[in-house]
Amino acid sequence: MASYLARRIGHSILTLFIIVTLVFCLLRLMPVEGYFANYEKMTETQIQAGLQSMGLLDPLPVQIFRFWRDAFHGDLGVSHIYRVNVPVVDILKDKLPISIQMGVLAMIVSLVVGIPLGSVMGRFKHRLPDQIGTAIVILIQAVPAAVYYLYIQMYGTTALNIGLLFNADRWQYWVLPVFSMSLGNIAFYAMWLRRYMVDESNKDYVLLARAKGASENRIALRHIFRNAMVPLVQYIPSAFLNTVVGSIYIESLYSIPGMGGLLVTCVQRHDNTMVQGIVLLYACVGIIGLILGDLLMVLIDPRISLGKKEGGR
Amino acid sequence: MLFFLKNAKSAQLESALNAKQAEDGPGAWANLPEDQLFTPADFSEARAEATAYSNYSYWGSTLRSFLKNKFAVALLIALVAVVGFAFLQPHLPGQVDPNYCRVDPDTGIQLRNIAPGVDGFVWGSNAIGQDLWARIWAGTRTSLVIAFFVAMIEAVVGITVGVLWGYVRQLDFFFTELYNICDNIPSTIILILISYVASPSVPTLILGMSLTGWIAMARFIRNQILIIRDRDYNVASRCIGTPTFRIVLRNLLPYLVSVIMLRMALTVPAAIGSEVFVTYIGLGLSVETPSLGNLINDGRQVMMQAGLRYQLIYPTIILSFVTIAFYLIGNAFSDAADPKNHLQ
Repeated sequence: MASYLARRIGHSILTLFIIVTLVFCLLRLMPVEGYFANYEKMTETQIQAGLQSMGLLDPLPVQIFRFWRDAFHGDLGVSHIYRVNVPVVDILKDKLPISIQMGVLAMIVSLVVGIPLGSVMGRFKHRLPDQIGTAIVILIQAVPAAVYYLYIQMYGTTALNIGLLFNADRWQYWVLPVFSMSLGNIAFYAMWLRRYMVDESNKDYVLLARAKGASENRIALRHIFRNAMVPLVQYIPSAFLNTVVGSIYIESLYSIPGMGGLLVTCVQRHDNTMVQGIVLLYACVGIIGLILGDLLMVLIDPRISLGKKEGGR
Repeated sequence: MLFFLKNAKSAQLESALNAKQAEDGPGAWANLPEDQLFTPADFSEARAEATAYSNYSYWGSTLRSFLKNKFAVALLIALVAVVGFAFLQPHLPGQVDPNYCRVDPDTGIQLRNIAPGVDGFVWGSNAIGQDLWARIWAGTRTSLVIAFFVAMIEAVVGITVGVLWGYVRQLDFFFTELYNICDNIPSTIILILISYVASPSVPTLILGMSLTGWIAMARFIRNQILIIRDRDYNVASRCIGTPTFRIVLRNLLPYLVSVIMLRMALTVPAAIGSEVFVTYIGLGLSVETPSLGNLINDGRQVMMQAGLRYQLIYPTIILSFVTIAFYLIGNAFSDAADPKNHLQ
């Protein structure tokens, strides 16, 4: 266990190191106007002087070393376009809470809706509830999220009679983003839970329970469901990543003042240091989420062999 | 062609067997007198050598069990029709250029936001008077080309790496460590980064999408190869000196066809979806290259005006049809290609 943990964390740190170095090097390839708020009006000498003062003309290894040293001190540089000369860390600090709230809510909703849906589908295999559920799951999985989010917004805002601009104080504004964000994971959980319940229902202990005269509902709930839930835990990390990625699109769609929306804005306005900071944060969040998910999996079921995963990511 | 030859051969063998049984099978025994019926049979060398003939053919069974799924077949025909039409459309008579802005000859103003079916705009026109019919089919072509290349690259790289990883034991450590590192990187972040750094174009998008996609494929192939690489028939092949590439090509890969096809079919919806996503972020193709992504993005900007919603609805209908069709056909085909489902 301890050696597994050490290896797992070691890998993650290595991954993080590679990502950050890669991001840093790639962004050096960008045109330099992403470092100046009023690039068009500047003369060549002003630009050179600006680059010199930011240390962007130094050799690449020197720059990377300096970037790492600053990052360890919690300094990711300053924004140059989005909010001129405000430290990136300060901007991110304001944006993080609402993203976390929304992500956690979406994770909870997807579990609360997806697991009952999946267990009903598994209980009534090949009957009407299963067919309806399967159709819904296929629709959600096959149609790109980027498309059905738009339809939810288009008809949802009219139905709830709300404006397009997000207002954190009224609950109506939370319904659509959280629902959109959880939809993909609802289908994901429902699909796998159904599959595991169908697998479990062919096992001998189910036959024994039936021979004892237990009712079908009792068998499904007390016997099959409990065993089918265990392997489902391994999909929580993937679901977490889905939520993180979904938030980029949704937050910007509903103009929620969070991290995802910020990334889109900064990409559109070519603010290099902001993009660098946000990508770094997303990579960290993704990696930490995956580690926690793997640990959860080991803690819940020691039979699950370490490092073995299924499902898309 | 081979399939039909094989059928003809099996019919011929079966009739030969029937004829043989009529002269010397249960049919012939019925007429024997009782004292001869229970005497030991003579040893016949010819009959001792006879074996049962099986006309099982993998692709034949796959095709037959796919054709049994009527819904999937209908969907496949519809999909072929839509994709075929998308690529045929510019060569049909009377089609306009997707980037041509039609101008009202009297006033000199572009024919903006014309409703579908009016003025010769089958699916209406957009905010600068371009024909949505032409743009949507052009966009479908672009998106399909991207998706096709992503699926191909993913398959080629994924299979190559997966086979090396699973078959060559010395490479296992290296690839496993590489996988452990690469698998942690969220693929969307890579896609955003590549599109941000490189200028938006079709090759950039293909590169960004296939850069991470092959990992899952390689992992899957590797696991399957590990399971079957030391089965008896492979050991036997190795013992008689079959070259490795032939073992891989003839013994291992045919076993994985269903899995590979499924993954490729599912890559298409994913790639089309990623293109829409990237375009929304502002890193997609420019409007001169219509794609489903930028059409949907244009439609999104006017979607709150009920009269202009057609600009969002038509591209999404085509997109959803293509993605759902690929998803369902991929699943149906992988069920059909799975030898476990071939037992009658």
